[in-house]
Amino acid sequence: MILGRFYRSDRGGAFLLAGLFVLAVVVPVLNLAVPESSPFHLSTYTVTLIGKYLCYALLALALDLIWGYCGILSLGHGAFFALGGYAMGMYLMRQIGDRGVYGNPDLPDFMVFLNWQELPWYWLGFDMFWFAMLMVVLVPGLLAFVFGWFSFRSRVTGVYLAIITQALTFALMLAFFRNEMGFGGNNGMTDFKDILGFDLQADGTRVALFLASVITLAVSYVICRFIINSKLGRVIVAIRDAESRTRFVGYQVERYKLWLFVFSAVLAGIAGALYVPQVGIINPGEFAPLNSIELVIWVAVGGRGMLYGAVLGALLVNYAKTYFTAAFPELWLFALGALFVLVTIFLPKGLVGLWKRKRDTEP
Amino acid sequence: MRPLDPLRKALRRDRVFDFMMPQVVFSPDLDISHGPILYLEDVTVSFDGFKALNDLTLYIDDGELRCIIGPNGAGKTTMMDVITGKTRPDSGSVFFGQKIDLLRLSETDIAQGGIGRKFQRPTVFESHTVFENLELSLAADKGVWPTLFAVLNKAQRERIDEILETIALTGQRHQLAGTLSHGQKQWLEIGMLLAQSPRVLLVDEPVAGMTPQETERTAELLVSLAGKHSVVVVEHDMEFVRSIARKVTVLHEGSVLAEGTMDEVQNDPRVIEVYLGD
Ligand SMILES: Nc1ncnc2c1ncn2[C@@H]1O[C@H](COP(=O)(O)OP(=O)(O)O)[C@@H](O)[C@H]1O
Ligand SMILES: [Mg+2]
Repeated sequence: MILGRFYRSDRGGAFLLAGLFVLAVVVPVLNLAVPESSPFHLSTYTVTLIGKYLCYALLALALDLIWGYCGILSLGHGAFFALGGYAMGMYLMRQIGDRGVYGNPDLPDFMVFLNWQELPWYWLGFDMFWFAMLMVVLVPGLLAFVFGWFSFRSRVTGVYLAIITQALTFALMLAFFRNEMGFGGNNGMTDFKDILGFDLQADGTRVALFLASVITLAVSYVICRFIINSKLGRVIVAIRDAESRTRFVGYQVERYKLWLFVFSAVLAGIAGALYVPQVGIINPGEFAPLNSIELVIWVAVGGRGMLYGAVLGALLVNYAKTYFTAAFPELWLFALGALFVLVTIFLPKGLVGLWKRKRDTEP
Repeated sequence: MRPLDPLRKALRRDRVFDFMMPQVVFSPDLDISHGPILYLEDVTVSFDGFKALNDLTLYIDDGELRCIIGPNGAGKTTMMDVITGKTRPDSGSVFFGQKIDLLRLSETDIAQGGIGRKFQRPTVFESHTVFENLELSLAADKGVWPTLFAVLNKAQRERIDEILETIALTGQRHQLAGTLSHGQKQWLEIGMLLAQSPRVLLVDEPVAGMTPQETERTAELLVSLAGKHSVVVVEHDMEFVRSIARKVTVLHEGSVLAEGTMDEVQNDPRVIEVYLGD
């Protein structure tokens, strides 16, 4: 019943969820149950790669929510992703304990190297998983709240907002590059050993992380869908299309934007936290402005203002990127740029728009 | 002199202190015991030295239908901007009822407090259906969380149906607002105002670009709204104004030039000179 209604109201989403379900079943089986000698065996490397794509997809979902539906173009969403990633990285760092090169039970290697005597206050509590997870949500959420509070209240919109979000992520990148910040400087954090006591190199752990990514993405999709289909979702689109009108109808536009921006930042943070244990490293490069711009391209390619479009775009572009950077590494940026230009000119609604148009013109 | 102004304002004894002013008060409690529902007194707005409104004083009575006419650039739209909180005047005061100082409220508060506005250029939510446009406008708790979990109840649905009937868009209820004709958009916008259940409707050039039949229907609609609401209509089209007006105010260069019935105004030599003459 409910499934049928869902399918009719959101066909693309139904396909997406079905696809994720298939992935969640097939990938673990092919990796864990099929012997390595079999041609059907899926390497752990591939499992992790797909897991990484799914994290990007979640990030794209977060951006689409504010850009596609509310018209807020953030060119700094990578910052929230990276902050979530750093919070997770700090937990994983503390889990290393005395197994680091210097064998210090409390201090991560890079702090010993800097001759620090004790853990800075902002590292306290990160040895506890629940606390780290709280920070994964809280830190990006709080930054988004403060940033959004000031920008939306002063009615900064459009290109100006895009530029200051870009400046935000750039500033954070410079800050995190500094060793004195206490986040590992330009090397960032790596050499993680385990998570919740499970060895990060073990196939089982990798599959579990992959599953966590699939489930988080699916649940997030359903929540985003709920938001968009609610009256709040309609207010958000109204703000995008006629902000001033929305205000005169009696909605406090700033509060809506702020709420959505914070929610989106939290999703991005969660994506970052899932990403870090799978790729095994977090460094200031994640704050690079270029990352946030690439993210915008994923969403544009997939189809902005379509939740499943954003997910699709992230998956496709990143798959292409993996292929390209292996085959023609120098060409990737050009290919990406060309893709963006082509999509903007010929497919303003992205690949999903193409499919929808075909369906709509059919009798 | 300037630095002392705030102090002087605070010490004025003909007015209560700001912190004692009521916050947004919804329509039923509005104090209109002295007649007018909207008071504009000595309002001046200047843009880079140019006075768009110049010591404008205007009172709108509860339930009346008032037409405001005046040549282009007379300040009609600016006046609406001031009432709805979009533009803050340099000086003067604007009161809703006797107690609510509109100059201290935000656009949203003013809208929620009971003043609805139709823009000069029709603005509706183009990617929503006609029904959804009205749903969004409906008077309700417009906070973020209540909106997230809002479900239309029966009374609200009926109210929307009723409004659809009033603005003659029942057949278009599921059509995207962006696909409506220009005249239908104007009506939808009036419908959106009605959905907010306002005390005062400010309607800026409602018949611009309408066919004669549409204009006629709009006139009927606005006339039928007066009484239950105060309706302030800004319009260029003299034929239209004549067809609905009881009381007409002529604006010129940011202040009131003449006020009275259409006939009185039309025979006023100053009005003939600046407006009707050419
Ligand atoms: N935001 C603004 N900045 C500068 N001048 C403005 C602005 N808004 C209105 N004006 C000027 O104020 C005058 C009154 O404009 P307006 O209220 O729109 O007139 P009306 O609606 O009566 O045609 C015009 O001369 C217009 O150019
Ligand atoms: Mg005007």
